[in-house]
Amino acid sequence: MTMTAEPPEAAAHDVDDDVDIVNGYELVVGLEVHVELATNTKMFSSSPNHFGDEPNTNIDPVTLGLPGALPVLNKAAVEHAIRIGLALNCKVQPSIFHRKNYFYPDLPKAYQISQYDIPMNIDGFLMLPDGKRIGIERAHMEEDTGKSTHVGGTGGRIHGSEHSLLDFNRCGVPLVEIVSRPDIRTSEQARMYVSELHDILVAIGASDAKMEEGSMRVDANVSVRKPGEPFGTRCEIKNVNSIRSVGRAIDYEMRRQIDLIEGGDTVIQQTRHWNETDGRTHTLRTKEDADDYRYFPEPDLVPIVPSADWIEEIRESIPVLPAARRAHLSTVTGQPASGEAISVVTARGQDEYVLAVAHLGGDAGRALIYVKEAFADGPDVPAADLAVLTRLEVDGRLSATQAKTVLAELVANNGGDAEAIAAAKGFEAMDSSALESVVDEAISADPAAWEKYCNGDQKAVGALVGRVMKATKGQADGKAVTAILQSRRDA
Amino acid sequence: MSEPGTARLAESDVVHVAKLARLAITADEVERYTTQLGGMLEHFADIDSLDLSSVEPMTHPLPLSNVMREDVVKPCLDRGEVLAASPASEDGRFRVPPMAGEA
Repeated sequence: MTMTAEPPEAAAHDVDDDVDIVNGYELVVGLEVHVELATNTKMFSSSPNHFGDEPNTNIDPVTLGLPGALPVLNKAAVEHAIRIGLALNCKVQPSIFHRKNYFYPDLPKAYQISQYDIPMNIDGFLMLPDGKRIGIERAHMEEDTGKSTHVGGTGGRIHGSEHSLLDFNRCGVPLVEIVSRPDIRTSEQARMYVSELHDILVAIGASDAKMEEGSMRVDANVSVRKPGEPFGTRCEIKNVNSIRSVGRAIDYEMRRQIDLIEGGDTVIQQTRHWNETDGRTHTLRTKEDADDYRYFPEPDLVPIVPSADWIEEIRESIPVLPAARRAHLSTVTGQPASGEAISVVTARGQDEYVLAVAHLGGDAGRALIYVKEAFADGPDVPAADLAVLTRLEVDGRLSATQAKTVLAELVANNGGDAEAIAAAKGFEAMDSSALESVVDEAISADPAAWEKYCNGDQKAVGALVGRVMKATKGQADGKAVTAILQSRRDA
Repeated sequence: MSEPGTARLAESDVVHVAKLARLAITADEVERYTTQLGGMLEHFADIDSLDLSSVEPMTHPLPLSNVMREDVVKPCLDRGEVLAASPASEDGRFRVPPMAGEA
């Protein structure tokens, strides 16, 4: 028999090795993530901030940029923005707003109110579940734009369209733009970053962060370089609408840039559009210089100078963040904090439930697996009921298969008495004395197999266990059957 | 901006700014605005001669900060009325000419 050498467990999680090298090039990615804040109203006016309403029903003079309309800052938006900064370990500083001037009908004022050189949150970081630290350069406030629909032409794109239709419901919705440092080295890290950021934003209640509804939008700045060399020219990839396409778009763009360089061309700094259907990025426009936006301080708004007390008050409103919750759940269940079960259950916010099951005397490890497998739609089963089931299983009174059957009943009925369900299914009959008599029957039914087994032929045990399983319709616990056989033989 | 020692503003600056502001200006106007805007910048240059190292940059002329409102919804404008006042509309939305490209 040949022993296969297994790579040491740690190798797969070694952060320093987590660099994608393709054809000798290293990937360098920074992400800009826009999130819509979970406020009732817009950033500078009192129209509802609500997704999915009839077009142009959430509009007011400020939203439409009507002459004389003046913006008034939404306090809840500022609090969410500070909350995001604190959750990302940023320094929260006094900040001001600027006007970013450009002519585009999705902002009828002809400028976007944003934060420029004095943003609210700076110099933070986010820890990926694998321990890699991604720097946060800034997290600043700005207003969202309206939604344009291009009519005519092909595929709803601007190019070749006959005219455009504008819905200003989204115009003026408060956003925070979170800009990472170019610390990301693999597309997997980029996916982890977006996923972790999403979970943090949801946990602190700052945004519902739904990529599919556009309340969380990711732009990726991608470049490649030979390790140790200065950063290469970057391209900004837009229209990345799911965590999966974050990875796909970055992998494609990395390949494209390497092919350009290897073919003797250079990468041109530009904005590119990710096309989910053909799996490619396409040129959108060459990047305008920052000063082409003619930024200047917004005269209609005064500085935000959060007091230390206010910041502390907001800090106290921040719940335990996903990373700490995963670590705690890991301690209680004995499962790895970066493992799938803990990630999934914590992301669903069901970690509290698993802890409650454990607190009520249930087995935390089993509860974690049950919740991950069967509670995708939320735990409607009282924690006490699940606690009983996990105990029945770990105490050996139910086999894994039987426990699964009982679990399905609990889920279907939003709870119930696991012992009673097990009894009703006839699982209860499988107590040890009942099982012993079934085993004895199997022995007398197949004396040849029994003799072989007694003479040390381990393979013969299969035939005997098989008979017991058949007689009990698979409800017997295989381990218990083997144990009874052993005790009969050794008696 | 132009080189130090020369005029504060070149004609190319004026052409660039006019383009950003979507203003069509004639060659005569470029010349005139270069002189006029240059004069304004010259005026601000007076400030450069002062020692301002101990003066905090002013972010706003008013001595105010943290002017905010509560997050409470108020009635919106009527869509029909607003769209009726616009040059063109379609399907409850403002209809605008095709866009040349993203800003």
